[in-house]
Amino acid sequence: MIEVLSSTALATVQDLGRFGALGWGVSHSGAMDRLALAAGNILLGNDDNSAAVEIPIFPFRVRFHHACNIVLTGADHLARLDDQPLQPWLVAPVQAGQVLTVERGGSSRWQASRVYLCVAGGIDVPLALGSRSTQLRGQFGGYQGRTLQQGDRLPVGVASDVHCPAGMGVVPPALSMPLMVEGTQAIRVLWAAEYEAFTDHSCAEFWAKNWKITSQSDRYGYRLAGPMIESKVPLELRSHGIVPGVIQVPHGGQPIIQMRDAQPSGGYPKIGTVIDADLWRLGQVQIGSSVRFVEVSWPEAVKALQDVTDWLEEVRRMVALGRTAQKGAGHDQ
Amino acid sequence: MAHDPVISMLGTTALLLEAHGDTTLATQQKIWSLSAQVCSWPEVLEAVPGMNNLMVCFRKPPLDPQPLITRLCDAWRIVQPMAVEGRTIELPVVYGGEAGPHMADVMAHTGLDAQQIAEIHSAPLYPVYALGSHPGYCYLGGMDHRIATPRRKTPVLKIPGGAVSIGGFQTGVSASDGPSGWNTIGSTSMSFFDVTKQPPTLLQPGDSIRFRIERVVG
Repeated sequence: MIEVLSSTALATVQDLGRFGALGWGVSHSGAMDRLALAAGNILLGNDDNSAAVEIPIFPFRVRFHHACNIVLTGADHLARLDDQPLQPWLVAPVQAGQVLTVERGGSSRWQASRVYLCVAGGIDVPLALGSRSTQLRGQFGGYQGRTLQQGDRLPVGVASDVHCPAGMGVVPPALSMPLMVEGTQAIRVLWAAEYEAFTDHSCAEFWAKNWKITSQSDRYGYRLAGPMIESKVPLELRSHGIVPGVIQVPHGGQPIIQMRDAQPSGGYPKIGTVIDADLWRLGQVQIGSSVRFVEVSWPEAVKALQDVTDWLEEVRRMVALGRTAQKGAGHDQ
Repeated sequence: MAHDPVISMLGTTALLLEAHGDTTLATQQKIWSLSAQVCSWPEVLEAVPGMNNLMVCFRKPPLDPQPLITRLCDAWRIVQPMAVEGRTIELPVVYGGEAGPHMADVMAHTGLDAQQIAEIHSAPLYPVYALGSHPGYCYLGGMDHRIATPRRKTPVLKIPGGAVSIGGFQTGVSASDGPSGWNTIGSTSMSFFDVTKQPPTLLQPGDSIRFRIERVVG
């Protein structure tokens, strides 16, 4: 069991998401950086879909009431167990009673926003419509359907008996698969249905200019600031299904990117869709920083998704090798 | 002669099939039918009816989406409408005043007064065409075009559950507090979603809502 000590708002329990419920108006939810969550789970011998705590605001503190293995993935921030520094992306054993503190700052390797606290056995909140992810709008799933508060006690599942050596880790995907254009985080985008309904000038600006992630950005969506994007004629669409990554342009001309808690339908014109393979990058972009959109083709988008799958498979292979090596060493002694 | 639907991609996650023509109950019944059909296709994770359209989510993005698109268009050509014997619920609505903060915008756009807007809005029996937006939210068909009002230039960050609103040619009732780009003209109270129930939503496509004027303010 894990006790939340900080009163920091906005941390939530998330797994990879809730699927099959869109027809009830229930969005996918799930980790903003699904790659960080899946990698953390692989390192701990969990199912890829085990739930973790997504932490977007710091400092964040928890006390562990049982001994277990943990790993912090996602953003590199300053973490310590009691007084001992804790490296991100490395499996670490925790003793009952120890306090984990995560503070802003730390590594300059890369800039990111969300940390995932992954625990062997996963955060064992009840399944709701097939998922442990928090559905904030519907107030269900996760821990009591809400963000975590001081005093919350999170149940932890039974860890697998897979040997999970402490000190095993992986290089963050942002370092092994960087994607930058002229020093700015690049995000790959496919055209959406109404792309050609925007003026040629607006389309050119969309690709050429930096887009700032404004403070009105959260798990529902990122509101961007940049050049005005104008349609050739006003568009009023019928409501239709949308997915995380869809970039809508309301009549005000400033795009909104739908993120994991986004509603599953909408009617604003769509200029593009961030490809599934880059949603984890977008989920880690910090408020106030900028992104640049890069146009890709369908085959490139599918290939990019395969690259993500390959990265996870490589993590799985490395972890399996690490386990075998440690087991072998143990046997020789 | 039936027109082919318009197909577009939603990233590599899904595609959108948009039927030709006006949003009618007849077309919507074909959408429901196609949705039920494609849900059984192995490459489809889920299918979600919208207003005159259908979103089809992939289990895994196809290397070439064209064969799936062709199969969808072929299925659409011959699909039979799914008639649903739904139930009707009645919702008392307070129109205007604090309950309808954007009534003035709808009045300005339509040239009608609040009483006229309330009467026109509460006249039809609205079939539920689709669910979406947020848990339990119903998209309704059959709104009188005289009160159609464009979505807001910038979405409002929070409108309350029970808000009755107009977005373009559509109307609906918010099932919980949240952001919306629609114009709120009134308010009602009803629980549309309960995660412990199966199904969790009060209404399904094919059910109907009748709005009753409780009072009109200002």
